[in-house]
Amino acid sequence: MQATPANASGLRVDEKLERMKLFGLSSPALLLVLVILVIPVGWLFYVSFLGGNGQFSLENYQRMVERSSYMRIFRTTFEVSLVTTGLCILIGYPLAYFLSQIPPRIANLCMITVLLPFWTSLLVRTYAWLVLLQKQGLINEWAMALGLWDEPIKMVHNMTGTLIGMVHIMLPFLILPVYGSMKAVDRDYVKAAANLGASPRRAFWDVFFPLTMPGLFAGTLMVFILCLGFFVTPAVLGGGKVIMVSMKIVSNIELFVSWGAASALGVVLLALTFAILWVASRFLKLDQIAGGGH
Amino acid sequence: MFAWLKKPASETQITHGQRLWLYVLAVIIMVLLVTPTLIVIPMSFSDSQYLEFPPRVWSLRWYEHYLSSPEWMLATWTSLKTAFLTMLVATPAGVLAAYGLHASQVRFVRAAFLFLITPMMVPLVLVAIGVFYVYAQIGILYTLFGLVLAHSILALPLVVIVIGSALKSYDMSQENAARSLGAPRWKAFVTITLPQIRFAVVTAALLSFLTSFDEVVVAMFVSGGDNPTLTRNMFNALRDQIDPTIAAISTIMICVTTFLMVLAQIFGQQRAAKD
Amino acid sequence: MRSQDSDALPISIRGVTKTYGAVHALDDVSLEVKSGEFITLLGPSGSGKTTLLMVIAGFTRPDCGSLKFGEREVIRTPPHLRDLGMTFQSYALFPHMSVAGNVAYPLKLRKLQKAEIAERVEKALETVQLGGYGDRRITQLSGGQKQRVALARSIVFEPRILLMDEPLSALDKKLRDQMQIELRHLHEKLGMTTVYVTHDQREALTMSDRIAVVNKGRIMQLASPRELYERPANRFVADFIGDSTFLPVERSGEQVSYGGMPLKFVQAPPDTPTLALMVRPERIVLSSEGPREGANNFAATAVEVVYQGDSYLLHARLDDGTLIALRGGVRGASLSALPNVGDKVTLTLAPEDTVLIDGSEA
Repeated sequence: MQATPANASGLRVDEKLERMKLFGLSSPALLLVLVILVIPVGWLFYVSFLGGNGQFSLENYQRMVERSSYMRIFRTTFEVSLVTTGLCILIGYPLAYFLSQIPPRIANLCMITVLLPFWTSLLVRTYAWLVLLQKQGLINEWAMALGLWDEPIKMVHNMTGTLIGMVHIMLPFLILPVYGSMKAVDRDYVKAAANLGASPRRAFWDVFFPLTMPGLFAGTLMVFILCLGFFVTPAVLGGGKVIMVSMKIVSNIELFVSWGAASALGVVLLALTFAILWVASRFLKLDQIAGGGH
Repeated sequence: MFAWLKKPASETQITHGQRLWLYVLAVIIMVLLVTPTLIVIPMSFSDSQYLEFPPRVWSLRWYEHYLSSPEWMLATWTSLKTAFLTMLVATPAGVLAAYGLHASQVRFVRAAFLFLITPMMVPLVLVAIGVFYVYAQIGILYTLFGLVLAHSILALPLVVIVIGSALKSYDMSQENAARSLGAPRWKAFVTITLPQIRFAVVTAALLSFLTSFDEVVVAMFVSGGDNPTLTRNMFNALRDQIDPTIAAISTIMICVTTFLMVLAQIFGQQRAAKD
Repeated sequence: MRSQDSDALPISIRGVTKTYGAVHALDDVSLEVKSGEFITLLGPSGSGKTTLLMVIAGFTRPDCGSLKFGEREVIRTPPHLRDLGMTFQSYALFPHMSVAGNVAYPLKLRKLQKAEIAERVEKALETVQLGGYGDRRITQLSGGQKQRVALARSIVFEPRILLMDEPLSALDKKLRDQMQIELRHLHEKLGMTTVYVTHDQREALTMSDRIAVVNKGRIMQLASPRELYERPANRFVADFIGDSTFLPVERSGEQVSYGGMPLKFVQAPPDTPTLALMVRPERIVLSSEGPREGANNFAATAVEVVYQGDSYLLHARLDDGTLIALRGGVRGASLSALPNVGDKVTLTLAPEDTVLIDGSEA
């Protein structure tokens, strides 16, 4: 055998160059996100630590803890998000189950009812609910015509309207991943459970449901995260009675031009979002391991 | 009908009859999902100031109002331009990024991927006010340029995810085969890989377009002046009063969305046929 | 070497090392492939055989080493300038092109005239017995036809080197056997230097001029199929190619003995610290008349007798407890003479079949 040719360094350079060239293809996208997202958000982070006099201060955060109005906003945000997510699960899971059980041809047709709202502008859908739920709206009109109630009920510009609108807008985000994980469940599992003596109900809860947990978890996470930062629907359907964090941020800027307060709220919202994602990422892995064990 | 109810609905011998509650529930949910959106369409043809259903007198007056209003026309034009330009920026940038991350074996590929999809996770309001401030500083507030850049980062994650998953199911040894046959890497990508992920590219482009076209919060802050978007004006109008013109515009937007969706569906079916 | 084509190129691999972290995918590999030779890289999965092929093709860049096609150093040449034909395990046919489109692709890259492209495509397709298939879609082809198209595509531009990465692994056994012969004939006809990767030992034995057995990133032995089977260099090679049982033996001077019994052998044992006796099931014989003169005899007890149609398999336990396998032909009287479980039997091994190899585990 001959001695190794002394080309190791050349080859190493070639390899690095090729990798960097390929990786470089993503640089326009990375740069875009850096400049348009990271720098502005980083700046907000910085501003949130500036006091009224332009010096470093925690006053923006202190205010958040001290003033009960801020605490109320955070509580409202969490309440709305939790209730919306819960309703989405209660409504979305059965529908996804229905879609996964019927013949694929019909399922594809039914899927349009999920996809159409998914792709329709959120503003259009919010507007539609505004029209339907208002005092002279269709629902009040019909309900009174049917004799369900005598006086028009106030269903919009309050919590009810906000929740109805948000559940409607978030549902596809839950249904799609759950449906995906249901389609991925091998039907033989349920057959095996039945063969081993499980009743259909037991087979569903012992076998099918646990196997769809990853999809349900992903959908739930998605809905909850989106709810936390939601703006348009509560702003329009809440009528100023349901104030969520993102709305307070906007009003801080639009009405009070108070960048410090808005930024601090934004930083807390972002931190909450990432904290939830971080915690969830641990569970999601655990969950997948558990799912693989079945 | 009754015989059908007694037929088994699944391998576990549950009958359709036992599942009837599920069917009824599902139909109700599906109706509730679509009607609120669709009911806007007939209402937009009502002559009344108060949106009626069914309209007592049919009329096109809200469409006329929309089409003859310079403000609405300007906003529509801005939205279309922005969406189109966003598509032109986000699609190539996202395709290149997805391919680069897929092909290069650098250690921080995963980190870079997560970085590219962060715009999806950061609350929109935060993006909006951050960008608003920075744009004001560098003087590109209310410009098409700034709006397109901001919308591009919102569309990027979708492009990267769609293209990335297409590449995952694509056999990269085809590209190697092309290279072994004498094609430089870029040519192998253009002649072999790109034609095979073209449906994903079209889907990604449509999604970018829709993302920009439907976006409200960022547009609320960084569009305006000579370049207000349709969604920005709609949102402002919604906060004031219920203007029936919005129903007409909504109908048009639903049509645009449905058209793009059907387009994507057709491409999707071609893909299925090819496989 | 069967055909001497002036167009074929020798391949010279020297000191190629490739590490992934702490793992040596290739550990200082050197290999000389003669011009026009059909050489097979044989090894278990993860042995490094595919990595070596990818190094030759240019898709994997080694840490160091030299690679020459003829006189030309190509280790830093990108794949598209190496001018070699290659077939892939997954065929890697381009589904958005027709059969002819696939085969024409390398010619188009080389900017040939349209008429010439058409002519050479058809000729290549005829070579792989797919004449007239040019307009077909890739998805309309069977597995065997896909393999042929991939082959046509890799030879149409007349490369002087052909690389094949487990080309037959996706085919069923009958088709595989048939394709092996066809590939062999094609190689004889075209005469290009061929490097073939497989994990199937029978495929390697059937097709190759020489076989390089690869394990843990090293070439364990490079030899002709016959030599590899008859005289494996070590236990890994003996174990990987064919079945064998190893018996521990002691060496004292010129003499080698098993369990105190001196062994008769023809071929001198290798000069290694430890030795092992390699017993192939089809070489050891069941003796009906007890120990035989001039051969090595082993007393054993029959443990299991399995009738397999064309042959029978006898598992017998030697006195030291080693389980040994013996394969015998089923012919006439031998069938009725098979031992029963528990019978004492005598196994004999002719001196020519008494192969002593390196006993170390590596």
